Amino acid sequence: MSGGSYYVPATSKWPILGSLALGVMMIGTGMVLVHGRGTPVMATGLAAVLAVMALWFRDVVRESRRGLYDAQMDRSFRWGMGWFIFSEVMFFAAFFGALFYVRTFAIPWLDGEGAKGVAALLWPDFTASWPLMNPPDSSIAGPAATFSPWQLPLVNTLILVASSITLTVAHEGLKEGYRDTTRNWLFATLLLAITFIGIQGVEYYEAYTHYGITLQAGIYGATFFLLTGFHGLHVIIGATILAVMFVRIQRGHFSGDNHFGFEASCWYWHFVDVVWIGLFLFVYVF
Amino acid sequence: MAPKLPPQPPLEHSSAATAGGAAAHHAPPRGMLRWLLTTNHKEIGSLYLIFSLIMFFIGGIFALVVRAELFQPGLQLVNPEFFNQMTTMHGLIMVFAAVMPAFTGLANWMIPLQIGAPDMALPRLNNFSFWLLPVAFLLLLSTLLMPGGGPNFGWTFYAPLSTTFAPPSTTFFILSLHIAGISSILGAINIVATILNMRAPGMRMMDMPLFVWTWLITAFLLIAVMPVLAGVITMMLMDINFGTSFFNAAGGGDPVLFQHLFWFFGHPEVYIMILPAFGIVSAIIPTFARKPLFGYASMVYATASIALLSFLVWAHHMFVVGLPLVAELFFMYTTMLIAVPTGVKVFNWITTLFRGSITFEPPMLFALAFVVLFTIGGFSGLMLAIAPADFQYHDTYFVVAHFHYVLVPGAVFAIMAGVYYWLPKWTGHYPNVRLSQWHFWLSVIGVNLTFFPMHFSGLAGMPRRIPDYALQFADFNLVSSLGAFMFGASQLVFVAVVILCVRGGEKAPAKAWEGAEDLEWSVPSPAPLHTFETPPTFSPHVH
Repeated sequence: MSGGSYYVPATSKWPILGSLALGVMMIGTGMVLVHGRGTPVMATGLAAVLAVMALWFRDVVRESRRGLYDAQMDRSFRWGMGWFIFSEVMFFAAFFGALFYVRTFAIPWLDGEGAKGVAALLWPDFTASWPLMNPPDSSIAGPAATFSPWQLPLVNTLILVASSITLTVAHEGLKEGYRDTTRNWLFATLLLAITFIGIQGVEYYEAYTHYGITLQAGIYGATFFLLTGFHGLHVIIGATILAVMFVRIQRGHFSGDNHFGFEASCWYWHFVDVVWIGLFLFVYVF
Repeated sequence: MAPKLPPQPPLEHSSAATAGGAAAHHAPPRGMLRWLLTTNHKEIGSLYLIFSLIMFFIGGIFALVVRAELFQPGLQLVNPEFFNQMTTMHGLIMVFAAVMPAFTGLANWMIPLQIGAPDMALPRLNNFSFWLLPVAFLLLLSTLLMPGGGPNFGWTFYAPLSTTFAPPSTTFFILSLHIAGISSILGAINIVATILNMRAPGMRMMDMPLFVWTWLITAFLLIAVMPVLAGVITMMLMDINFGTSFFNAAGGGDPVLFQHLFWFFGHPEVYIMILPAFGIVSAIIPTFARKPLFGYASMVYATASIALLSFLVWAHHMFVVGLPLVAELFFMYTTMLIAVPTGVKVFNWITTLFRGSITFEPPMLFALAFVVLFTIGGFSGLMLAIAPADFQYHDTYFVVAHFHYVLVPGAVFAIMAGVYYWLPKWTGHYPNVRLSQWHFWLSVIGVNLTFFPMHFSGLAGMPRRIPDYALQFADFNLVSSLGAFMFGASQLVFVAVVILCVRGGEKAPAKAWEGAEDLEWSVPSPAPLHTFETPPTFSPHVH
């Protein structure tokens, strides 16, 4: 607890504008999905959301630079970021839970295992397998082939693990006051992040063109794209955060003992890395 | 009614708490802009509460459409498609737009005051969390006007009713729920950060009022399960719009998967709606029994136990879906286990009352009704927990009776108790006693007339969510419908009490209730816009 007076921030127009922007984006998204038109609304909303985020964070950075934040504010940011990452963990937990449920229960039951024999009556010819190459109903085409985990997925695993290490080196550099070290290793982290995203792009292209792994290819394609897609989105967000950190390092922000913005981006990046380890194991290897 | 006590001198910390400077701090913008931009926890708390009250009436009107149709057998007022939209929207609005924002509003107002903080930890995020709600629920309500109508698959939106066979507006429903979910998660993160980081110097965790404790645990539940809801509605969105097979057995998915994911969110969600109620009641009963709460520590541990157990009981909503026997047994026993910490709580409340100097001010009336009627809802929950018995009760009006007993005379009564308890702090006036008593007795009678007969019609086999019913259920339904209109109309009295209390009434001192001990009673009534700008010194009293 701080002994002096508290810091209470001034009012801001970004929250209300952010709410409206998110509303416009969601309405536009719904229009595109339901009515097939409304792309300008969706694009406007998305642009507004991104603009509000950028300007809101800009204000926070400026206030931080002006030294307005005390130790208590710093702790509030830490608790906030920590619990935000926990909420992200639970978001992915739902998807992993769906994957495990389908693999452990739903598919074997469709094949007549256990007490769920009734489900087997629907498609008597169905044979359980994972990856599920032949979905129960013939109207749904399964994937033609699946990726070997020991090619591109393994490369991506090594890249992401390496990026966590390079980021840690950058962080240690910042703590010790070696700014060049921080800048260079952060740059290396960014390159690895972009490489990862590029390889995922190649893999998605391969999936659709050569492997027949699509969103419509039964439960395998669905879980594959759900897990890797949301992970990829988080990598893009994390890389964007790291890019902002790179710019801030260039401009001389942060000090050895006051750099929670940088540290929070490290937390986020390690979280994205850990999720990928889970993905690599349970989507690709096993 | 006991006579009101003369004004008491404020406690020691209040002088520091309100010492000048507030006006110079930030002069708030004028007019509408003030409310759009506010970062003040009291103003945001009021916004939440007003929003919640409006939504309570909208959701209530939907319920009255349902009860009007069920007044007698046969189809008379609305067509079955619209009836389904009304049951669905009633549930969604009451859960996500009325009860949850009401508790968040109380948290905003009272947590900083109860822990001696100047505001929430992240005030701008707080403003964002609130203003997402009107956006989300205007979008949700607008689905009623869309081609094909609004959501019609029940508030639990089971696939494939909500995917393959859903109206086109379902995509908008999903997107609106995403916005509401973001609001809840950010609001909960803010509350956790506030409680863990903003307590007055000297206030340890085990010194916190129970409302703060229960909200800390509720916020943890919110952060843990709202993302799971976001995940499951995202999978619905993909099944509807992108041809995935998550809930489609033809592609290797499973509709039952939806139910598992939904209830993994949904069961903690029902505790999200009751744990803060426990906190409110645990504040009110000691105040009006003029005794410290019995078993403070056991209350904390019981709340935490309920929260942890809530992650292990979700499939008791799915006993008839075809679970393996071992799952039926596991979820039956874990569910019954929840009766233990809940029993601890009820025991503590009753023991607090034992040999107390009890008076029956309006907040106390609602709190006592809460203890009795919530316990009835708890017992019917215990009956539903017995898997073989649930085969009979499932999807009948017995279930409707059960969860309305825990939600209406449970959560909603606790919210009203809290409003009556803290109105003097918010407005500086006591609520009109005579009108409050009218509101209380009409509500208690109305709520029991509405929901008690549902136990009988449910046990006799009347299914929920059906606009017509067999003749033998006619009398029970007639009573329920009359009770529902009585309960709905008596809430207008509540609005009158609140408006009158804002405009005037008997002046309340800083310590508005004789037996109230927590920190919020050390600041003046009405609480000034800025309180505790410098931390108060907190000296723990014995719990």
